[in-house]
Amino acid sequence: MNQALLDLGDYIATTLGEAVTGSELINDELVIWAKSDTLLEVIKFLRDNQNCQFRQLVELTAVDYPSREDRFELVYCLLSLTHNQRIKIKFSTSDETPVESVTGLFSSAIWYEREVWDMYGIFFANHPDLRRMLTDYGFEGHPLRKDFPLTGYVEVRYDETQKRVVYEPVKLTQEFRNFDFSSPWEGIVNLPGDEKAEQENEEGAA
Amino acid sequence: MGVISNPALKQGAPLPPGPEQDLVLQNVGEELAERGFVLARMDQLTGWAQSGSLWPMTFGLACCAVEMMHAACSRYDMDRFGMVFRPSPRQSDVMIVAGTLTNKMAPALRKVYDQMPEPRWVISMGSCANGGGYYHYSYSVVRGCDRVVPVDIYVPGCPPTAEALIYGILQLQKKIKRTAKFRR
Repeated sequence: MNQALLDLGDYIATTLGEAVTGSELINDELVIWAKSDTLLEVIKFLRDNQNCQFRQLVELTAVDYPSREDRFELVYCLLSLTHNQRIKIKFSTSDETPVESVTGLFSSAIWYEREVWDMYGIFFANHPDLRRMLTDYGFEGHPLRKDFPLTGYVEVRYDETQKRVVYEPVKLTQEFRNFDFSSPWEGIVNLPGDEKAEQENEEGAA
Repeated sequence: MGVISNPALKQGAPLPPGPEQDLVLQNVGEELAERGFVLARMDQLTGWAQSGSLWPMTFGLACCAVEMMHAACSRYDMDRFGMVFRPSPRQSDVMIVAGTLTNKMAPALRKVYDQMPEPRWVISMGSCANGGGYYHYSYSVVRGCDRVVPVDIYVPGCPPTAEALIYGILQLQKKIKRTAKFRR
């Protein structure tokens, strides 16, 4: 199975040439590295080529790496029922450059791209209906970006005088606390007090 | 004459089955046989009627809704308490908020609550509806549905079992019987 995937990766890389920048196996899954401007070409090839036939776009999502120059990494997961194989296409992009929409090739991408737009703020060019999908009406910000605060900016409450649900800035009665749940026998490598033994050893040696 | 006097009834508490209850029932039977009518207090009567036919609004939001369905199905059978789920707020008098209430859903929940006729009650079911629960610090979840609607009974749990919900419903029935008022 792995050899078949490797062969497929080599085949795609050689056939497409410049359009892909590489292919590799990550956790026994084939990943094709593409570029933003050649994405449509790569995906169309993978869908229509007789040796690929990836006819289903199973998933389309993004990952945020704030430290990178192009902070987002888009991931397209394709499935070929004919060959019983899965493939991922990845490439990096920033929040300013629009990405070409693949809705012309896979209609399932309409909702996926809306969701990615909603959660990460990556703009898809030529999308038929790029609206927010999951978040509240009039929501501001993109929640799955790493710089978005966990609790967001607004919270709702019913106002008895205005007789409607109103939005207000978040006011927490207790801040979010991050607990260390690691077991003292497994999680903590250096127990409190260990440094004393080291000091004693050093003193003894001196 | 004709007025049933019983210390337990005056407090609005239901009589448990036993000799006392039998006595009351016997008295009522005799009254009916002799005079053809029985006198009772209107507020208690309405309280008894209201608590015995609570029609809940179906408002399942998340996994708690599954436990709510269990409570309604044959094993626990809410029909025994005269509870029949209604698809319309206009026909219901109790709303079971079963699940995570999100910011996006909050105006809709309030609208449905506003459409229910008085008197109306709200049961908040599960950690999420009680106070945000697992999603308390989330950007998209209301930190407790009591921020949007007035809640009568809180049922804790994540999700609460069907028994827990039934217990909450029985508590609500007690509350209705205790606080029932006849508005003139």
